Amino acid sequence: MHFMLLFSRQGKLRLQKWYTATAERDKKKMVRELMQIVLARKPKMCSFLEWRDLKIVYKRYASLYFCCAIEEQDNELITLEVIHRFVELLDKYFGSVCELDIIFNFEKAYFILDEFLMGGEIQDTSKKSVLKAIEQADLLQEFH
Amino acid sequence: MALKIVKGSIDRMFDKNLQDLVRGIRNHKEDEAKYISTCIDEIKQELKQDNIAVKANAVCKLTYLQMLGYDVSWAAFNIVEVMSSSKFTYKRIGYLAASQCFHESTDVIMLTTNQIRKDLSSPNQYDTGVALTGLSCFVTPDLARDLANDIMTLMSHTKPYIRKKAVLIMYKVFLKYPESLRPAFPRLKEKLEDPDPGVQSAAVNVICELARRNPKNYLSLAPLFFKLMTSSTNNWVLIKIIKLFGALTPLEPRLGKKLIEPLTNLIHSTSAMSLLYECVNTVYIDVNTPPLPSLSLSLCLYLSLPPQLCVQKLRILIEDSDQNLKYLGLLAMSKILKTHPKSVQSHKDLILQCLDDKDESIRLRALDLLYGMVSKKNLMEIVKKLMLHVDKAEGTTYRDELLTKIIDICSQSNYQYITNFEWYISILVELTRLEGTRHGHLIASQMLDVAIRVKAIRGFAVAQMATLLDNAHLLTGNMQRMGICEVLYAAAWICGEFSEHLENPMQTLEAMLRPKVATLPGHIQAVYVQNAAKLFATVLKSQEGNTDSTAAQETSQLMIDRLPLFVQSANLEVQERASCILQLVKYIQKLQQKDVEVAEEVSALFAGELNPVAPKAQKKVPVPEGLDLDSWINEPPSESESEDEQPKAIFAKEEPKHSRPRREEVDEKELAKRREARKQEQANNPFYIKASPSSQKVYQEAPGVEHIPVVQIDLSVPLKVPGLPMSDQYVKLEEERRQKERAEKKKKEKKKRKEKRSGRGKKHDSGPESEEDITPAHQVDIVTEEMPEWSIITSYIFIKTKSYCVTVHVCSSRPLADSEKLPVRSHRAAEAPKSPTEDGDATSQEPKKKSSKEKREKKKDKDRDRKVRISTGLFLCLLGNHSHLILVSSGLPGINKCIQKSKLVFCFLPLTKVYDIQGNLQDGSQVVVSVIFENKCDSFLKSMEFNVLDSLNSKLQRPEGSGPHDGLTVPFQLPPGVSNEARFVFTVQSIIMPQKLKGTLTFIVKNEDSSTHEKLDFKLHFTCTSYLITTPCYSDAFAKLLESGDLKCSSVRLEGVNMPFHHLLARICFHHHFSVVERIDSCASMYSRSIQGHHVCLLVKTVSIDAKCDEPTLLGNVLDEIKQTFSQC
Repeated sequence: MHFMLLFSRQGKLRLQKWYTATAERDKKKMVRELMQIVLARKPKMCSFLEWRDLKIVYKRYASLYFCCAIEEQDNELITLEVIHRFVELLDKYFGSVCELDIIFNFEKAYFILDEFLMGGEIQDTSKKSVLKAIEQADLLQEFH
Repeated sequence: MALKIVKGSIDRMFDKNLQDLVRGIRNHKEDEAKYISTCIDEIKQELKQDNIAVKANAVCKLTYLQMLGYDVSWAAFNIVEVMSSSKFTYKRIGYLAASQCFHESTDVIMLTTNQIRKDLSSPNQYDTGVALTGLSCFVTPDLARDLANDIMTLMSHTKPYIRKKAVLIMYKVFLKYPESLRPAFPRLKEKLEDPDPGVQSAAVNVICELARRNPKNYLSLAPLFFKLMTSSTNNWVLIKIIKLFGALTPLEPRLGKKLIEPLTNLIHSTSAMSLLYECVNTVYIDVNTPPLPSLSLSLCLYLSLPPQLCVQKLRILIEDSDQNLKYLGLLAMSKILKTHPKSVQSHKDLILQCLDDKDESIRLRALDLLYGMVSKKNLMEIVKKLMLHVDKAEGTTYRDELLTKIIDICSQSNYQYITNFEWYISILVELTRLEGTRHGHLIASQMLDVAIRVKAIRGFAVAQMATLLDNAHLLTGNMQRMGICEVLYAAAWICGEFSEHLENPMQTLEAMLRPKVATLPGHIQAVYVQNAAKLFATVLKSQEGNTDSTAAQETSQLMIDRLPLFVQSANLEVQERASCILQLVKYIQKLQQKDVEVAEEVSALFAGELNPVAPKAQKKVPVPEGLDLDSWINEPPSESESEDEQPKAIFAKEEPKHSRPRREEVDEKELAKRREARKQEQANNPFYIKASPSSQKVYQEAPGVEHIPVVQIDLSVPLKVPGLPMSDQYVKLEEERRQKERAEKKKKEKKKRKEKRSGRGKKHDSGPESEEDITPAHQVDIVTEEMPEWSIITSYIFIKTKSYCVTVHVCSSRPLADSEKLPVRSHRAAEAPKSPTEDGDATSQEPKKKSSKEKREKKKDKDRDRKVRISTGLFLCLLGNHSHLILVSSGLPGINKCIQKSKLVFCFLPLTKVYDIQGNLQDGSQVVVSVIFENKCDSFLKSMEFNVLDSLNSKLQRPEGSGPHDGLTVPFQLPPGVSNEARFVFTVQSIIMPQKLKGTLTFIVKNEDSSTHEKLDFKLHFTCTSYLITTPCYSDAFAKLLESGDLKCSSVRLEGVNMPFHHLLARICFHHHFSVVERIDSCASMYSRSIQGHHVCLLVKTVSIDAKCDEPTLLGNVLDEIKQTFSQC
């Protein structure tokens, strides 16, 4: 996976995670370009598109778009599952997550993502163990 | 002190935390930038404080601002400070900020090494975890090198939480610091069997990713993965494993067989679509489209898994209501189509359905698929369906896409699938009625192409084009439709050029001279004017036959009346042509008034037939006496000239859109001389396939390839279509025609069977109509005699026969700059036994050949001290002469020794055989060997000398004046890590035996303080196969060859070869440079010829090969080599 973006229907970036080294300027350009393409797509359209030499997999949950860039040989369907799994994790953690949760606790969202994916690869396929790790780390945080 | 702390925490209460910042930004929608700049000022203040809590808060806010697109690189050092906090809360924030903001060029990263190392070894697993996560985002080569060891230790940590993170991050470390792979690999492998499933899946992930980059090294893990695959139930892991096998199987075909069962089970049993998709994708697609399709063809894997199974599964995907599955199904289907067109074609209905889908991306995918699915039988039906879609399509982009696809589908591979060109012209005419399309020029070029190349269609085409011209106002009605008016260009030209077919040329002439024409774009007007003149000539001719001469004079008057409109045109081209023709007509009118018959002479202006010329024809034109291609026309431009101004631009200019054929008058005598010279050359040219003499004769007499039978359309209904045509009726007509043909064929067959039953010849199935049975109603002109398989339509030049002269473009340009020299291909480590992937490189090498030729050219010219390069324009057919010759040295004894010593890698590429363009065509004794030298050591290599011990048969060509044992100096030096290619020419006397040449390479290794002289021995293996050149052969020529009786016979049995027949053929074609002449079921005839012109004919059956060749020794050796190829698999 090259990167994961979360953005709102209004085109505001909510989360970005880059797994390949990209220059700041290119990042901005790519984000802008992608948001434009994805937001222009109609709801009935499929979740995949070919963009530059990457494949984009996106899915909309409520007002948020989750968007991943993967390589040619990667599996689109499993990427959709990754997105879904991430949403489930957020949901479990925040208790029926909404966009505001992610805006105000954006660092938490990152922590969850980091526990779930690392370097663009799935770290743990079990929801439970990811959540446990997060909870434990949060506990540690409270103690201090 | 206590006061200070209290004060600090009170301050903190007034600080904004992240939530405040976010809220603030949301409340300041109007002046966000201003608000944020004040926030940044505050943050800067906060960062100056000693309190780590305040700092962490500030850094957290900065991370948020960074996401919004603000530059926070100035705070990098503060981030490091927060990272090094001992409290997990802050450390976590610090690492998060670092992972978001740091990149390879952030200089403070250097400062973090020790901190990270400390965190990695922290007793608290979450400290370690956070450090690993952060590191995965900003790891640099330096960090990777310094920390590789620490991370490796963590792979055996007691906590699975750490182990899995450590395993995953190793992948990033390997990428940044590849040297770490070797020491870490055993441990990584161990993790595949880790008791914790998370760690295990992490290890699978990492190895799968690594294997995708370089599968060869991971073959040994196959059994382990096989076990995992059969035992694991985790879909995430399974997908990765299947992907991994997809990468491994091309290297180890035996794996395929083992995989069949578990994979089939998975395909049948899994409910997870992602897994199913992966199976199908890997098994049928990845495996089939690696760098070398012909090799992977031999994979047993997909043989035993019938493609039908996979296509059926895909059908389920496509039928699903989920758009995503539909899309992926189509995507996978289009990949399978390449290898198994038949199995996909049966699902045509489904694909056509997808054209109705709401989702444009799905429709586009379906269109892509249709392109590959058409056959002679279903073309009309599919196009009809597409035409319906064109009518109802919304949005110009999709409609334009449809239009281009329709044209692509119809015109693919030389209009292979079109059986009725009247139908196609009607389709094109119908397409002109599309609103607002940008592809007018595309339709126009199709019209021109068809009208020029399909002679039988010209009458019909002209009639249609005349109607178009008559209704030109429909096309130019509003400005939006300007794109489509390009078709008028084609229409005008076709009507003019083939005006003899016009029923009412006068009417068309008037249509072309309407005042409205002046609103068209200039280039179209120019064509109008020129072709009006042609029409004028035709009209005159018909009118002069009559007794009444006034009609002719009236026509001239019409021209004189209307042309001034064009003379005033602002477009130079239009103006120039118009005034020229106006004067001509005025002069004609004068003659007419004197009752002089002028029609003959006027039409002579435009006489001449357009005939196809093979792309190679250029070569046959002798360079005129006195023309020195090597000399400068202009003085060479200065060296400083920018590189971009390459001859390419010149070449591109030479081919304007629908370029008018060049006409140059050459007197009859000269022509005859040339024809003679050409015949002579054909006779001497070893590459000129002398097909059966009869067909050759026909070819020479009438270069229109008339020997291809043109089937006359025999329609029961008179084909007179008033007005614009309707393509639909052709579908019906075509059906009738085919039925008739079938009936005739059956009759003929019966007769034939009675007549004789010879062993050779095509077996005719009288069963259901097969694809081949459908004969086209019209034939496309193709110069088949010499058409190399890569030639494409656009490479034809049409030249009027009368003026058979080809312009020679000589372009002087500066000599090759250093930077233009052959791009040097860097090679991987020494791979003495050739791996299949390397063979793949050979093909990628191909495009370079041309430049290599130019390089040689240059070398020669250098000797003459004349630096000249000939533009590609002159030798547009050069590529046809190339084919590769694979000379591979398999065991290079000297190499291993050498690697240890100086790490010099010496690889033999698949070599290319290049014929000299100047007269050396008959020289079948030259072989060019290219060698890539790569310096893998840290020292400078120089004074390389390449020497081969000549045998009686083969000699290394040395420059004049050098002794027979002198080495050739390699013309470059190699700094560390650099590779370069050198070419050596060998003269080979006899090619009937394979041979090995011993050689040595000497060179000086220069270190900073010392230099040593080294020597490296090697062997060059020239196989007999390598002397064969893939040469296409026609079945009639082939039959003649076999009948001639000059050939000796031999045969070989293929034992234990267990592969489908087409793979067998593919192998022979690929490895042994044969081409298939004809294939009937599981029996095929193949042909190849040696560089010295020996014919080698094979009759391949599944278990044996019968072969004939005029040189028995050569044949024996080639057969041995073929046998060897198959014994290896």
